[in-house]
Amino acid sequence: MQVQSYFSQLDSLEGELATLNLGPTHPATHGIFQNVLKLDGEKIVHAEPTIGYIHRAFEKLAERRPYNQITPITDRLNYCSSPINNMGWHLTVEKLAKIEVPKRAQYMRIIIMELSRIADHLVCNSVIGVDTGALTGFTYMFQERERIYDLFEEVCGTRLTTNIGRIGGMERDFSPRFHRLLKDFLKTFPARFEQFGGLLERNRIFMDRCIGAGPISAQRALDYGFTGPNLRAAGIDYDVRVSQPYSSYDDFDFTIPVGENGDTYDRFVVRQEEIRQSLKIINEAYKNIPEGPYHADVPEYYLPDKPDVYTKMEALIYHFKVVMGEVPIPAGEVYNAVEGGNGELGFYLVSDGGRTPYRLHFRRPCFIYYQAYPEMIKGAMLSDAILTMSSMNVIAGELDA
Amino acid sequence: MSMLTNELVLERIGAMQPQALASSETGYDGILNVETTREQLVALLTFLRDDEELNYHFLTTLNAIHYPDNQGRELGVVYHLHNWPQNRRIRVKVWVPAGDEHVPSITSLWPSSNWMERQEYDFFGILFDGHPDLRRILNVDDMDVFPLRKEYRLEDGTRTDKDDRFFGRDGHEGRSFD
Amino acid sequence: MPEGYGGEGFFATSLGQAVGLARANSIWPLPFATSCCGIEFMATMGTNYDLARFGMERLSFSPRQADLLMVMGTIAKKMGPILKQVYTQMAEPKWVIAVGACASSGGIFDTYSVLQGIDKVIPVDVYVPGCPPRPEQIIDGIIKIQELVKNEPLRRRYSPEYQHLMEKYQIG
Repeated sequence: MQVQSYFSQLDSLEGELATLNLGPTHPATHGIFQNVLKLDGEKIVHAEPTIGYIHRAFEKLAERRPYNQITPITDRLNYCSSPINNMGWHLTVEKLAKIEVPKRAQYMRIIIMELSRIADHLVCNSVIGVDTGALTGFTYMFQERERIYDLFEEVCGTRLTTNIGRIGGMERDFSPRFHRLLKDFLKTFPARFEQFGGLLERNRIFMDRCIGAGPISAQRALDYGFTGPNLRAAGIDYDVRVSQPYSSYDDFDFTIPVGENGDTYDRFVVRQEEIRQSLKIINEAYKNIPEGPYHADVPEYYLPDKPDVYTKMEALIYHFKVVMGEVPIPAGEVYNAVEGGNGELGFYLVSDGGRTPYRLHFRRPCFIYYQAYPEMIKGAMLSDAILTMSSMNVIAGELDA
Repeated sequence: MSMLTNELVLERIGAMQPQALASSETGYDGILNVETTREQLVALLTFLRDDEELNYHFLTTLNAIHYPDNQGRELGVVYHLHNWPQNRRIRVKVWVPAGDEHVPSITSLWPSSNWMERQEYDFFGILFDGHPDLRRILNVDDMDVFPLRKEYRLEDGTRTDKDDRFFGRDGHEGRSFD
Repeated sequence: MPEGYGGEGFFATSLGQAVGLARANSIWPLPFATSCCGIEFMATMGTNYDLARFGMERLSFSPRQADLLMVMGTIAKKMGPILKQVYTQMAEPKWVIAVGACASSGGIFDTYSVLQGIDKVIPVDVYVPGCPPRPEQIIDGIIKIQELVKNEPLRRRYSPEYQHLMEKYQIG
């Protein structure tokens, strides 16, 4: 592995600096990425990240797969909140094929997306707690994540990599068990979540650890292409759900929490507040969910009902074509962005009218903001660097794709 | 929310930086597509970023694309810029021929393009002139091909446990061109 | 030859069973979590599915102190040498469980950059399929590992078959 350029500038201080290899297998780096650190005692002088240890070639893989088979790939981008990636992909294809999704399906999508956003932020915040030594919050919050998994399982059958929704809507309506579980969740989760917040948010030890760890100014964050909770912690209130509303997000009234210094404590508190805002959105969406179909009437893209497939000729042909991937996607290029758990998740899709995309590029927020990591930990101590990395919520699947 | 429409944006670019504009069109999704040459690329992007009215201050993403059939314009780099206060996007494209894949780097304008350009070098082999540290980022360092180009297949040809016949492949997937 | 008189010997079988029982119920795993299966492992470790009741309370991130290498998630070709190095650093006796389709055979990622199964670089004892496997499936794999550990002869690691296996993978 060639490591060039930067180390030669530091050679004059050789003998005083220690080189420490952090990763790729390290308990505290959640995900596999390597950082070669140059330490002056305990303070970090320079960091050289290496990524790509889980490069799975999503962009090349997408050129081989028909449009409905790409959803499982998008699952594995930010796998802590895979429904958001799925919905982002469906919205991109619907933009290209100009499909109008009914209101009920949009509300259902919002409920699922906000639940997965809660799940993603719960992982990140629990893991910040674990890295400061507070393991209890992790065990309690993972219990709550199991309840979110139960909800996903009711809709799509799997817990983690969901492949939820279809091009044109959702695959099935909410079952009675889903309604029961969701009502129960909305009733009991807020209290348990406040217990977790009470353990950490105003905890003297936690605050001393996190305040001032890995700060970044708003201008530098913008330069480095930050989006999502990391940018909001630095003070800029950019949220794709508000600035370019998709899937009826403009029907809902929620605030965007914003921090001040962009340090670890601000990122933690911003994510905590975002969970509360997501709960607010889910409550509103669930109360106001309209009646109607849960998918658009586009048999070219959405599988027809099975009884029709067995009896009607057109339904049989559409079913065959959808399953074999021969859907009539027009030629063109679209860029669509959704607010993922980590920021603006963008899909740039170039189609030449064939059954697979010509080029699909993912704008992955983790990949873009992880570039700032060496700058954020310069001059910090090693334990602060670990904490900064876990508070940035770098998911290896999204980093490497 | 947008106070300038695509036509007005085009007018302004035409007025202030006419030589940078090779062609333009409104894209399928309503985003203005602007094409420029690699010599004018940095000037145009600097103008788009610094002009007070246009103010495309945020680089959303950049990616490359390979059209092996376009003689002389095989490889392209696409830049997506975004103006947050007015919620306007613009797409800038630049085309280079295969064999002469040099594109000026924009790391001096936006630090976030550092890794994005490395990724496109890794995937397509586009050489960004002026990039501080152009080396592979996601693939193994000693790889000698640029895998996302159309002539390379997706699978690893040397794998032994999967028989291509059962996957309906004959080993010649991807666009064939001679 | 009656049981216990040949092979490993008379006392060794009972001793072997006792040692196997002790080893099986106090395995120290090394979670080599790379991607989505790692999150399912975190859920397995959590209170709902609780891996600790099988004796795996203490996770070891240092290979030198671990018995079981749990490879969870996709292993890319870039990661292969590192996986091999971690496996070599582990002390005998050691077992390997491949959790997930990607670790078993490359999974849905039949691409140029993904190792099509970790058994290309290290010997594997148990494969747990799934994408990701449910925590119950991971626990099923752990129980199979425990069966293997319990019934393993004491001298297996010195046997010529095992040496041949190590040579095939060019380890040690």
